[in-house]
Amino acid sequence: MTGIARLFTARRGVGRLHWTDWVSYAFLAVAVVLMFGPVLWLVLSSFKTPAALLEFPPTLAPVAQKEVRVEGYPQPLPLFSVPMEDGTVRQLAQVRRVGIIAQMVDPASPAATVRVPVDKRTPVREVAFAFENYIEPLAKFDFLRFLGNSLFVTVVATLITLVINSMAAYALSVYEFKGKSLAMLGVIGTLMIPITIILVPVYLVVTEMGLVNSLWAVILPGAATPTGVFLLRQYMLTIPRDLIEAARMDKASEWRIYARIVMPLSLPALAVLAIFSIMWRWNDFLWPLAVLTKSEVHTLQIALNAFQGELQTQWHYLLAMTVVTLAPVAIVFAFLQRFITTGIANTGMK
Amino acid sequence: MAGLELRAIRKDYGPVAVLKGVDLSIADGEFVVFVGPSGCGKSTLLRVIAGLETVTGGAVTIDGQDVTRVPASDRGLAMVFQSYALYPHMSVYDNMAFALENMGVAKPEIDARVRRAAAMLRLTDYLARKPGALSGGQRQRVAIGRAIVRDPKIFLFDEPLSNLDAELRVATRKELAALHAEIGGTMIYVTHDQVEAMTLADRIVVLNGGRIEQVGRPLDLYNEPANLFVAGFIGSPRMNLLPAGVDAVGALTLAGRALAGVTPGAQLAGEAVTLGVRPEHVGLCAAPEADATVAVDLVEQLGGETFLYASGQADLKLTIRLDGQVGVGRGDILPVRFDRARLHVFDAAGRARPLGLAPRSPA
Amino acid sequence: MTANHRNAGTTRPAAHRNRQHRSPEPMTSPAPSAAPVRARFAPFERLGLALVRLFDPPMRAVQRLVGVGRMPYVFLLPNALFFGVFVFLPIGINIVFSVTGGTALFPSQRPYVGGQQYAYLLDCGSYLEPATCREDHFWRGVANTLKFTIFQMIAMVLFSLAAALVLNRPIRGRGFFRAVFFFPVLLSPVVVALIWKWILQRDGLLNAVLTTAGGEKILFFVDPGWAMFWSVFVSVWAHMGFYTLILLAGLQAIPRDIYEAAEMDGTRPWRTLVRITLPLLWPNLLVVLVLVLIRSVQVFDEVFVLTGGGPGTATMMIVQYIYTTAFANQVQNFGLAAAASVLLGLVLFGLTLLQLYFTRRKAA
Repeated sequence: MTGIARLFTARRGVGRLHWTDWVSYAFLAVAVVLMFGPVLWLVLSSFKTPAALLEFPPTLAPVAQKEVRVEGYPQPLPLFSVPMEDGTVRQLAQVRRVGIIAQMVDPASPAATVRVPVDKRTPVREVAFAFENYIEPLAKFDFLRFLGNSLFVTVVATLITLVINSMAAYALSVYEFKGKSLAMLGVIGTLMIPITIILVPVYLVVTEMGLVNSLWAVILPGAATPTGVFLLRQYMLTIPRDLIEAARMDKASEWRIYARIVMPLSLPALAVLAIFSIMWRWNDFLWPLAVLTKSEVHTLQIALNAFQGELQTQWHYLLAMTVVTLAPVAIVFAFLQRFITTGIANTGMK
Repeated sequence: MAGLELRAIRKDYGPVAVLKGVDLSIADGEFVVFVGPSGCGKSTLLRVIAGLETVTGGAVTIDGQDVTRVPASDRGLAMVFQSYALYPHMSVYDNMAFALENMGVAKPEIDARVRRAAAMLRLTDYLARKPGALSGGQRQRVAIGRAIVRDPKIFLFDEPLSNLDAELRVATRKELAALHAEIGGTMIYVTHDQVEAMTLADRIVVLNGGRIEQVGRPLDLYNEPANLFVAGFIGSPRMNLLPAGVDAVGALTLAGRALAGVTPGAQLAGEAVTLGVRPEHVGLCAAPEADATVAVDLVEQLGGETFLYASGQADLKLTIRLDGQVGVGRGDILPVRFDRARLHVFDAAGRARPLGLAPRSPA
Repeated sequence: MTANHRNAGTTRPAAHRNRQHRSPEPMTSPAPSAAPVRARFAPFERLGLALVRLFDPPMRAVQRLVGVGRMPYVFLLPNALFFGVFVFLPIGINIVFSVTGGTALFPSQRPYVGGQQYAYLLDCGSYLEPATCREDHFWRGVANTLKFTIFQMIAMVLFSLAAALVLNRPIRGRGFFRAVFFFPVLLSPVVVALIWKWILQRDGLLNAVLTTAGGEKILFFVDPGWAMFWSVFVSVWAHMGFYTLILLAGLQAIPRDIYEAAEMDGTRPWRTLVRITLPLLWPNLLVVLVLVLIRSVQVFDEVFVLTGGGPGTATMMIVQYIYTTAFANQVQNFGLAAAASVLLGLVLFGLTLLQLYFTRRKAA
């Protein structure tokens, strides 16, 4: 704790704080609230019961009104605290409400009912996590399947991307051949063609291949990424040519040079590309939206979007599923933060 | 084990000719060293033999088979690179086993061969290590081991000792010589270091500017250099190369004075020639017998031998090697005499010319 | 396949220079503790090796068949096939689509209409007034995208520059704060939009804060001005970390001794910023500017999920127009969508050339 305190009150250098330091730390403090706050709010909200979500103004923590079982009443009754005329405060369960008067009983002595004006009583709350927000959509609304679809797309697409991109990068970095500059030009050219521009014709191609409403329609079109070829090629160029020639002297076939020498030595670059690819695929939206129209092939992102329209926004489910969608990315980021940020800073891509 | 035949090898990089027609044949089991200054084409020639470079012209024949168009991986040669080119992600064992796996050798056989080579090279304790965890000398031995396990037709070495420090270089040089004696394969070795060339080679190939200057056994090159380049390149310190002339009767003149008993012949009369004499073939003598009189500029006392750097009239610069320790100091004036039997004369084109020598007078 | 990675910036040469320093031959010995980790990955390694061995005989046969010299084409083939089928072929089809009419998907069943689609799109009473255009939705999209782009570019560059400048100071916990700015970059646009939708809704957190402070509830998604404001805001929130990172890398490349020299000269902080930092950062800033431009012209995901293009068409962007015209409308008008995307493509092509130019100039 003192460490955190020092974090905000001292600068790394020597000497007293300059006013610019104060401005900097104020800026950062606001940034922490603004950047983390919304996500934190989402996570807290996702554990609230539907009733708690409807409250206005909302409470910070996921709380719900306490309910008690009272002898003689089949349903659990909501608990309120009521100030009595003698000045004491008692906790009473509400049996029913008629107009502005509530009929209440003391759970300890359920025989006698007390009549209390509605505005006198205040609900008794307790912290309650509504885990059913998570469990029900996963079970009822097929979210488990969407999760599976997203996982399948992410894993398979990333594997394909890694293999074909690295093969192309290997050809473009290790060999001299006719048409090499043309191939490089093709890679740079595709860099300029975002899917947004060729949405319709790619749809035609995918339709002709009979892939509409199949996960392969999402996986295949983006598998060959120009960025990936670029990144890997630049890295492979730094592998000493001696190693490749040594392997040739060792009677290795070109395939083995690729698979046993160049690939293992390119692992850092492959890891960066893998993380990027996972991120792209997991978060992909526009193209799946266009090509996946049946709900059983929806990915998480599409399902989330569909969910908010179709159910007149059942926020308690929607928020929980948003957290589920966000969680893998957050976990990956927590572990690989430094790796990802330096990777992006070094390559200038995302 | 195999012999090698190079015929009229040419290699151009665009307009630049790196090899300008190289002919050479190497016998089975021979240890041949390519030596020459940097940029002479020796490494390119080795890579042509390996199959890592294509030729612009000429043919490479191994064991009577034309392999000019055969890719490196199918020639059956092994190469030790200057950088060693060890696979950094594989253990020492895997580095040595890689080629055998590529050849489809059975697992037990691979294991036996790797262990045998490792024992020979004192690498048994390091088989599980990655190259990064080895010292320079150990990496060097792994690189050699990787070649040995292959049992290749020819071993190629591309300046394999240049990344080692002086002490290790001497030790490894000896090991290489012992290795050749033990396994006896055909070896081709590229270096710019003439000590390596002299000590290791059965035959030395001196290259300069993309051509072979001379091929021969080390001492033959030393004793009978075919031209000015070889004379200057082989031997350390360098051979003294003195501008000289030939007078009308065919006798050699040095600084205007005839050198008694040295007659390159009348066909060179009037030409400017170069007189070559190695530092150890210059001796001190009594003044009347002197071929030249020089003043000492610098003395290097090495204990076992002494080097004198001296100069005389007409820009005469001489390096003199004397046995043992000599009581000579800077500025001393010394009369010197050249060993008549060990003189070399090169014509204006740089070719060695036979010397007509008067019968050796008992000194 | 997202717009993001297709259009990502070219790699920065400085990075590769850095990478070259990293010797592929590690000089330090692997720590003994690495052994168990290695063991955990052993099954994957074995699987990988098995795969390599599986493909070895066919690839060897291919090599024998085509020769070593033609092997690079073999390695290029899979990627080239994908590029061909999913990028180059579609570019051609796109142009065919844009000059044909009807509702059929297959080009041969579509009647040739020449430049009609383009003429229809470009038929306007006044280009400054979308309502006077025949295809007013397209022009509404263009106008909205333009508005969005201008605001977003200014806000994005200002905020990420400020963040980068602060992060470049000798502050404690720089890594942590860098992560704070960066982590929304990884979130999916859908998640980002839903987070903010939840905060901005009628009974959301922001309105709670407003009413507690004595204000009135604001229906942010009913008011066109607010809807556009929040679209820009959310997009900046989600992406500024990325540009902050690029600018920070640029700032850290400025040699320290220049600042020390300025300090010795008694330069005031503001002057240091204006006369030293910004001019030296300018090449990076230009690249960022163009990158933001390219991205914001293609904006779709966040805004679509956040506002659905509404209220009305107040936040409908060009890409949403293309998507809706081609896929979401009752009548799928592929020709019109293709024509619109060809026009968008021309704009993006110009912008990308600009980006390559700036990147190259920066490297020089």
